[in-house]
Amino acid sequence: MNTLALSDTRAVLGRHLQRMRRVPGLLVITLTMPVTMLLFFGYVFGSAVALEGGANYRAYLVPGLFAVTAVNGVMTAMLASSQDLQRGVMDRFRTLPMNRFALPAGQTAADVVLAALGLVPLVLCGLAVGWRIEGGAAGAAGAFALLLLFRLVTAWIGHYLGLVIGNEESAGQLAGATFMLPLLSNAYVPTEGMPGWLRTVAEWNPISALTTACRELFGNGRPAADASWPVAHPLLAATGWAVLLLAVFVPLTVRRYARGTA
Amino acid sequence: MTTYAVLSEGLEKRFGTVHALRGLDLAVPEGTVCGLLGRNGAGKTTAVRLLTTLIAPDAGTARVAGHDVLRAPRDVRRSIGVTGQSTSVDADLTGRENLRLFARLHRLDRATARARADVLLDHFGLGDAADRPARTYSGGMRRRLDLAASVLTKPRVLFLDEPTTGLDPASRGAIWDAVRELTEHGTTVLLTTQYLEEADQLADEVVLVDDGRAAVRGTPAQLKARLGAHAEVVVAEGAALAGAAAVLARLTGGRPALDPARRSANAVTTDPGLTLPHLVRELDAAGVPVVDAALRQPTLDEVFLHLTAGDGARTEAGEAAA
Repeated sequence: MNTLALSDTRAVLGRHLQRMRRVPGLLVITLTMPVTMLLFFGYVFGSAVALEGGANYRAYLVPGLFAVTAVNGVMTAMLASSQDLQRGVMDRFRTLPMNRFALPAGQTAADVVLAALGLVPLVLCGLAVGWRIEGGAAGAAGAFALLLLFRLVTAWIGHYLGLVIGNEESAGQLAGATFMLPLLSNAYVPTEGMPGWLRTVAEWNPISALTTACRELFGNGRPAADASWPVAHPLLAATGWAVLLLAVFVPLTVRRYARGTA
Repeated sequence: MTTYAVLSEGLEKRFGTVHALRGLDLAVPEGTVCGLLGRNGAGKTTAVRLLTTLIAPDAGTARVAGHDVLRAPRDVRRSIGVTGQSTSVDADLTGRENLRLFARLHRLDRATARARADVLLDHFGLGDAADRPARTYSGGMRRRLDLAASVLTKPRVLFLDEPTTGLDPASRGAIWDAVRELTEHGTTVLLTTQYLEEADQLADEVVLVDDGRAAVRGTPAQLKARLGAHAEVVVAEGAALAGAAAVLARLTGGRPALDPARRSANAVTTDPGLTLPHLVRELDAAGVPVVDAALRQPTLDEVFLHLTAGDGARTEAGEAAA
């Protein structure tokens, strides 16, 4: 990547950081939603979930919610790119002599910044309800890095989907549906109790690998011995998913952006 | 030898079953204003999107500022400014933030970008609103901001897609003034419009686009001479329509169209000597009870009806559209 591409990316990143100040709704939701979900799931459903060995469900839930926030990039980036496309802003970008990579790169980078801010209240609230970092500072740093890498990945996926959908309303409806994705993983509940075939599907969901990797890096417990491969090897699987998805969606997005829409 | 800022040959574009452009040829000499005049769906916007590298043609070639739009799109983008039909600024950012952002993406350094944004905000009368989000702007202000964003780097060729559609007369005048000033400094402008008056005001050459092709081209004066003016007479009672039609036929040499419901008779005249007092005097002398009379520029639909007269299918299409 040359310096011009870098300076273009920085300009686009700057635009989105300015937007966070001008339209603070997204920032407010990012800061409060995970905490709300922790309290909601933790105390409403948590009272009915019995974990093996009587472990604290809320402590189990916190790494899962970290993973959920990492996956929200699909939603935020999809809304941002479909909005730019529908409102004609994308057309202006595309008539500028800027680098083709810079627009998605700047927007997804801004989304990672947003996600990093969103982790802060969730960490604090998690500590308050009994979750602990038990695996040392290096492991914790690795976990946060992995979470932000996943946010970058899902933002690229979302950016691409937004370009394909091209209108805010449909993007908004699909964004609502992404809420379902973590339900079919071990983010909220252990997969061991699911029917066999469903358990396999849930454990091959990239969110399960990410969640398990976080639990391992934070020292919050090991996966079940009979888990599927991605959950049994969470670090390798989570990194692998991230690299694979980036390798697919970065070129797809740049090509789609450069080609435009009919 | 004339240097052309925009030169296209046989541009074609299909969207599914819609044949938006069917071989559009354009030649816009450097430093002039070319007006693409046409109705909705004539292919004007598609032409602009092709020439500004937003979409690729299915056939044909185009050069903008000397660069091929397909082979050297980035060189084209470095030479152009574009104001699309929908406002293409970030409505949530302020006017100043928008201009700075686009200036940075035009590769101006930070200090130059700031200075250029400030100059243009003042120049386009947006100084007071510079730090308000663009979504709070009126339609005219947004258009001016859009135009400012298109001239950050003093482009060689400026594309304006229906720059004044939907604006009130005062805002329209402000945009026209801005365009005139740009062309005085040597910028070539290609604009699309649905208004004959706008093409007349701004363009050195007008290209009438119909059904994806250039139907007619010429200077506004040539076009007006060819199109003539519209004479309309409204009479007090239906029985007097025939008398009015006879006078109109004699003065214009055409066959007037009658509208009994409105008690009006219409005819096109290409006689520059025909004036309204003369028309009224003649009608009065013939004993026609005139209640209203007008000589006006034809509407765009009347233009197409007139220019495509003799081509039965086209005329019908024109009437259906009108």
